Amino acid sequence: MSNPLTITEKIILAHTDLESCSPGDIVSARVDIALGNDITAPIAIREFDTIGVCDVFDNEKIALVPDHFVPNKDIASAKQAKTLREFAKKYNIKYYFESGEVGIEHALLPEQGIVLPGDLVIGADSHTCTYGALGAFSTGVGSTDLAYAMAFGEAWLKIPYSIKVIFDGKPNKWVSGKDLILFLIGKIGVEGANYMALEFSGTTFKYLTMADRFSISNMAIEAGAKSGIFEPDEITEEYVSKRAKRDYTIYKSDPDAQYLKTLKYDTAKINPQVAFPHLPENSVDVKEASAKNIKIDQSVIGSCTNGRIEDLRIAASILKGKKIAKYTRLIVIPATPEIYLMAEKEGLIDIFMNAGGVVSTPTCGPCLGGYMGILADGEKAISSTNRNFKGRMGDITSEVYLANPAVCAASAITGKISSPDEVV
Amino acid sequence: MLLKGKVFKFADNIDTDAIIPARYLNDSDPENLRKHCMEDADPSFASKVNKGDFIAAGVNFGCGSSREHAPIAIKASGVPLVIAKSFARIFYRNSFNIGLLILEADTDSIDSEDVLEVDTDKGEIKNITKNITIYAKPIPKFMAELVSAGGLMEHARKRVKKEGELKK
Repeated sequence: MSNPLTITEKIILAHTDLESCSPGDIVSARVDIALGNDITAPIAIREFDTIGVCDVFDNEKIALVPDHFVPNKDIASAKQAKTLREFAKKYNIKYYFESGEVGIEHALLPEQGIVLPGDLVIGADSHTCTYGALGAFSTGVGSTDLAYAMAFGEAWLKIPYSIKVIFDGKPNKWVSGKDLILFLIGKIGVEGANYMALEFSGTTFKYLTMADRFSISNMAIEAGAKSGIFEPDEITEEYVSKRAKRDYTIYKSDPDAQYLKTLKYDTAKINPQVAFPHLPENSVDVKEASAKNIKIDQSVIGSCTNGRIEDLRIAASILKGKKIAKYTRLIVIPATPEIYLMAEKEGLIDIFMNAGGVVSTPTCGPCLGGYMGILADGEKAISSTNRNFKGRMGDITSEVYLANPAVCAASAITGKISSPDEVV
Repeated sequence: MLLKGKVFKFADNIDTDAIIPARYLNDSDPENLRKHCMEDADPSFASKVNKGDFIAAGVNFGCGSSREHAPIAIKASGVPLVIAKSFARIFYRNSFNIGLLILEADTDSIDSEDVLEVDTDKGEIKNITKNITIYAKPIPKFMAELVSAGGLMEHARKRVKKEGELKK
């Protein structure tokens, strides 16, 4: 009888030739998908070319997603996108996406059924941990790791210790996955789970959607975590079964699996959260944030954290028939073309534009201060994105407040950080 | 390896946006990245740093994005070693992969301008300015081997040669 294992340990073990493993072991694991984007893949491609292999390990297991600065924001970024395109052509990379097909990588790959439960995924992007929502082990690495994986189909990994995080009970109105993860990061801090796997469970998730799980797994990195995983259930199956084009494996943790610690929270006590500059751990109740009368210049709804159709629907439900505040900008970015088209069909784009917002083509854009909504000196933004580091969205003196899409929509209407209850 | 250099000290939670802001990520040339290294934490760093100087910091150095541009920018600045209380994990693995030395140690006693003499094999950090010696956490065996192999890409090139020979 082998020792009891967590879902994370089981998935990693299944991708090695080993018979057992323990946290702390360093292993070489086979990858199901190796991912890169227009910022990280050019370095990986440069390094790949020095290795001396004549082909990639498998042209159907590499995803190249030019989403950060595409449509090209300038000549230099056009060159980076060109590097990806030429590499994709040369090696006939199956999952390369041109403008028009491309979406934000961590929304796109699950939506297209490219990443599936039980997969082991490495990506040269820190938010690669998003796929934990599907019950996959996925983690962010660097460009050199991507180069190695494109050549050999393997990555070196330290088996992480796991922390179990339980959210029990029905969420309050306006509370989404984003609020639970901001709340958790507020409790454990930005390095509270450094090198570790977060494993989420609890009755709360029966009330929430896959979009909420994606937001939670996505921001596991903001607590320093290597991954943030959910055991697949019927909600996962419902999402995956209509998208998967290949077989997948459902893993679950053994009942007596070992955790470094278990954290348990009563979801009924959690309200929407706002994370103040300049760390995601600075999260407070939206009512407390609203009481501070913080004027905003810009509201951003989008990103790999909160650019899914569920996010746009809730934002539109608040903005419908209303106008955003004078001298305030609202930027809405559907995360993928499919989400954009759904939003169009459902009339959400009309609502955003009639309210005075702009709707952008899918891109990471302003989240990392790339383009499509850069802040000037002293400006403040409320944003459904994932990081509020100093200068993240523009000038070094600008400020980013993180929140869920409902809070971002409400704040655009009032022109200051506000709870959705204040406008609905 | 024995290193001697002057310290640039930084605070806790220095994120990769501070090490190399995303506005410069439309280019991955090490020389261009060097010009903006640490810009949003200390705008004068790139003009002041000399080859052989060290970076010291508090907890969670390199948190945030996976951009390898961050350790590349530091390495291109001529900084051979970063000492911090702790490192964010992607920065940690990226540094080893590209051959930037990093040590985990209690950096409270280290200030900017201090001169350090570091024995990277022993993890011994002598603060010449303050006459204090501190010790870094040992580097895991696998990581030490990766560094002595010349980083992950050198390991990859050796693997191709070895496997090529096996096929013959």
